[in-house]
Amino acid sequence: MDSQKLVISPAPHVHGSNDTRRMMGDVLIALLPALLVSVLAYGLQALVVTAFSVACCVLVEWFIQKFMLKGASTIGDLSAMVTGVLLAFNLPANIHLGLVAIGAVVAIGIGKMTFGGLGKNPFNPALVARVFMLVAFPVAMTTFPEAAGAVTGATPLAMAKEALKAGVPVGEVMESVDLVAMSLGMKSGSMGEISVVALLIGFVWLLCRRVISWHIPVCVLGTMALISSVAWLASPEEFMSPIFHLCSGGAVLGAVYMATDYVSSPMTKKGMVIYAVGIGVITMLIRIWGAYPEGMSFAILIMNSVVPLIDKYVRPRRFGAVRNGK
Amino acid sequence: MESLVTTVLIVGGLGALLALLLFLVAKKFYVEEDPRIDEVEKMLPGANCGGCGFAGCRAMSEALVSKDDISALFCPVGGDECMKKVAGYLGKAAPEKEPMVAVVRCAGSCDNRPRNNRFDGAKSCLVASSLYAGETGCPFGCIGLGDCAVKCEFGALSINPVTGLPEVDDEKCTACGACVKACPKGIIELRKKAKRGLKIYVSCVNKDKGAVARKACKVACIGCGKCAKVCPHDAIVVENNLAYIDYSKCKMCRKCVVECPTGAIVECGFPPRKVAENDANSSNKVAE
Amino acid sequence: MKTFPIGGIHPSDCKEYSKSAAIETFPTPATVTIPLSQHIGAPAVACVAKGDRVLVGQVIANAGGFVSSPIHSSVSGTVVAVEPKADAQGNKKPSVTIAVEGDEWVDTIVRGGALKKNINLSKEEIVSKISQMGIVGMGGATFPTHVKLSIPAGKKAECLIINAVECEPYLTADYRVMLEQGEKLIVGARILAKAIGVDKIYIGIENNKPDAISHLQQLASAYVEVEIIPLKMRYPQGGEKQLIAAVTGREVPSGGLPIDVGAVVQNVGTALAVYEAVMLNKPLFERVVTVTGSQLASPKNLLVRIGTPMSALIDYCGGMEGVGKVIAGGPMMGRAVSNVDAPVTKGTSGVLLMPTEESLRNVEGSCIRCAKCVEACPMGLEPYLLNRLTQLGDFEQLEHHYIADCIECGCCTFSCPSYLPLLDWVRIGKAEVMKRIRERAAAKK
Repeated sequence: MDSQKLVISPAPHVHGSNDTRRMMGDVLIALLPALLVSVLAYGLQALVVTAFSVACCVLVEWFIQKFMLKGASTIGDLSAMVTGVLLAFNLPANIHLGLVAIGAVVAIGIGKMTFGGLGKNPFNPALVARVFMLVAFPVAMTTFPEAAGAVTGATPLAMAKEALKAGVPVGEVMESVDLVAMSLGMKSGSMGEISVVALLIGFVWLLCRRVISWHIPVCVLGTMALISSVAWLASPEEFMSPIFHLCSGGAVLGAVYMATDYVSSPMTKKGMVIYAVGIGVITMLIRIWGAYPEGMSFAILIMNSVVPLIDKYVRPRRFGAVRNGK
Repeated sequence: MESLVTTVLIVGGLGALLALLLFLVAKKFYVEEDPRIDEVEKMLPGANCGGCGFAGCRAMSEALVSKDDISALFCPVGGDECMKKVAGYLGKAAPEKEPMVAVVRCAGSCDNRPRNNRFDGAKSCLVASSLYAGETGCPFGCIGLGDCAVKCEFGALSINPVTGLPEVDDEKCTACGACVKACPKGIIELRKKAKRGLKIYVSCVNKDKGAVARKACKVACIGCGKCAKVCPHDAIVVENNLAYIDYSKCKMCRKCVVECPTGAIVECGFPPRKVAENDANSSNKVAE
Repeated sequence: MKTFPIGGIHPSDCKEYSKSAAIETFPTPATVTIPLSQHIGAPAVACVAKGDRVLVGQVIANAGGFVSSPIHSSVSGTVVAVEPKADAQGNKKPSVTIAVEGDEWVDTIVRGGALKKNINLSKEEIVSKISQMGIVGMGGATFPTHVKLSIPAGKKAECLIINAVECEPYLTADYRVMLEQGEKLIVGARILAKAIGVDKIYIGIENNKPDAISHLQQLASAYVEVEIIPLKMRYPQGGEKQLIAAVTGREVPSGGLPIDVGAVVQNVGTALAVYEAVMLNKPLFERVVTVTGSQLASPKNLLVRIGTPMSALIDYCGGMEGVGKVIAGGPMMGRAVSNVDAPVTKGTSGVLLMPTEESLRNVEGSCIRCAKCVEACPMGLEPYLLNRLTQLGDFEQLEHHYIADCIECGCCTFSCPSYLPLLDWVRIGKAEVMKRIRERAAAKK
């Protein structure tokens, strides 16, 4: 630029260090421990699926942006990469790569770009793809390879559900489940959901970097814990314990990484709490009484659709608002 | 068989019930409305541009139907023809207005008007103009961020990337006036649409003194008044160092165009002048 | 430690460039251009003409109404022009241009001498003197001080808050005044307190200036009514409403004024000017200006005569080398300058030079609904929504979402990860909504 010409712009003239790219980068970093665990559990296959999923998502976004929306490339903001990793984390490690590609097209193409790209999608793109695949390819999506150290190929949640349906008492079911091993990653499941500990390490990172606030994850997990505790205390013979619920399936992955997706979550802290409690309730309803063993993805998608309504009616606390009775 | 009957009964009954409900609601909440409003609305162009001063075509139709004297109402988009049709239908006297067209009164292109700073805020003339005087030495001229083009519902305005100025497509322009309202500098004016698209106007709104204006922009009106003196029809007034051609008096003789020392008076749509004159004019413009 | 209740950001304070530079008197320039509208309200009306000789401190323009302020000459010399001159934004504003000859002061001004502590004037006399001496809010808003001191009927002031926060990054003018002229500042605050009839004075200082806090605490120990309140550093603590909330815990109601919660806020620079005006008969014709920037050779805090061209200050401190943007005021709320020859006015707290590479904004992306702006807004508004509604031109909804409460602090734009120019738009929307509110009020009358 011509150094003689002064730049004129409205205030403020400085900007915080925060930008979309940095925040998405932080999410990717936060997902690394979980990726590591899944590689340890499932071998290189896990890495291949993740890398392929990321590549597909980025490619699809680039293609649509360039040839269909005819806009400037948006892959630099890394959001497509985050969607790619999250999608992979929702898949079994031994899934056919062709299905991954389909998932990527659904996630980015249908879940995100049809609405106009980043910031305009009402639903979490990775979850749109997951649910689509769960319905379209139920067998491929629920057949998990044996993780190193895990007992069987079925997820603990699915196992428990089947067993309870068959009338096996909870005590016996619990015996077959090693909670410590489960939380470390020695269980079967989607790639990303196997290690609660690794996911929580990422959560701490996100909190430290102020990428997300604690409200959504804590309220989702808290609600789930509360409902399962009530059920469990009322009838421990019939229902699984709250710790089992929190450590199994996509509870942590969903609460920390999927429900907190900026675009599809509410704008205010109060709204976030309502949204998160809703997710927790719906998840537990599906887990306890629904047909599917896991309800996290459905719960998040359902609450995603409520977000505009929440944003309309839940407003932030305003400075100097004249409160009733004061 | 039995289940079939039950199904038919339930579905049919439900349908009948809902139909009845709909009927009752429609009856109860029926709003008495002059049916002519619908008819008039159909005659209007339906652009909902607000050029008439109403919120949309519906509001305009209501006004047309309810008022006895509609001479003050005019749809710039539909023009005379449309108004005649509406007036004929309503049996009222048609308002008459000459067809108009938007004219951008600034020729401060990048060449004519050097930039001496750089605006880096939201891409909006309104934001820039509320912040400061502008990128050039001329605080009156076009900012070039295209608020007018954004507001034009008809795609008649676009910013020319070379000159940085908006250009009006006379064919598409309906003279709805949205651009006039959108321009924070008041540069755009609705002028009479002459036959064959002929136009003569002062393409400048700078009210600074001649020397200041000229320093800021090569084609600024310096308010010298030569045009006013030469005009045989008294159509030109110079006020605040700025000439203005009254389109209702202008007879398009083009004498002022030749006389203007800075080339601030612009003519459009005329056949080329005789060679000698043309040369003199163009060399004059290049030299300035 | 106290602070305001909602929102806020933590920009790096960048005060290290100029904080240790003691206030230096800037030499009187050859000519000064003094604008007639250096305050909020009606412009002053010139009472000198071309050719008149004027002295330092002589009135050259009278107040144009109650909400207005007189203007005094900052130099002695001859008036060479009374005509519109381009201001820092290039807009022509009525001004008086004076060619400087010597430095002859009006003889009523007390120069030198010891600190005067005894306040002998009555309430009314203080207010009228402050009004005559052309004192305005020197934090940047330039609201005439005597108007703020005139408590409306039915309201009662309970405390005076001195705004010593200087939360704008880079600026150190107030900080230097606190260190170097602390006692005058405290006496000035006591004068202000007397004018509004209160006996409680709080001085709010952010904890990034520990030496100023301890210095003033030491000085204040001699005055029982003065209390220094250290505040946790957070922008925009210097916003009037935020400061009141931080210090007293009371929130000015939406649409209300500080006096609704019994508070009157005055800036450090204003308190000093009030001391000089009331005790020394010295009108407001000079002020401390921070000239700073990361690449400037020698950033300084200068005592500058009003009307001195900013370019002279810049040359004095190291010049325009590598400068891409000049800002009058701080980086959060200051205004970019297109005409560096424009004069320093009563509201110019600083001249900030941004290096070329920091001058341009990043390319804006699209809103990702991250809610960082909602989190940052100290007024609890929803900037993303106001931004969108302004672009849609839906002013009814804007009003419904309290855009009129916006204090234009810039936290939203600062914190937007997509570099959206939120405040650029919100400002436009607010201006339009305020216009509509005023029109409605006028129509009611």
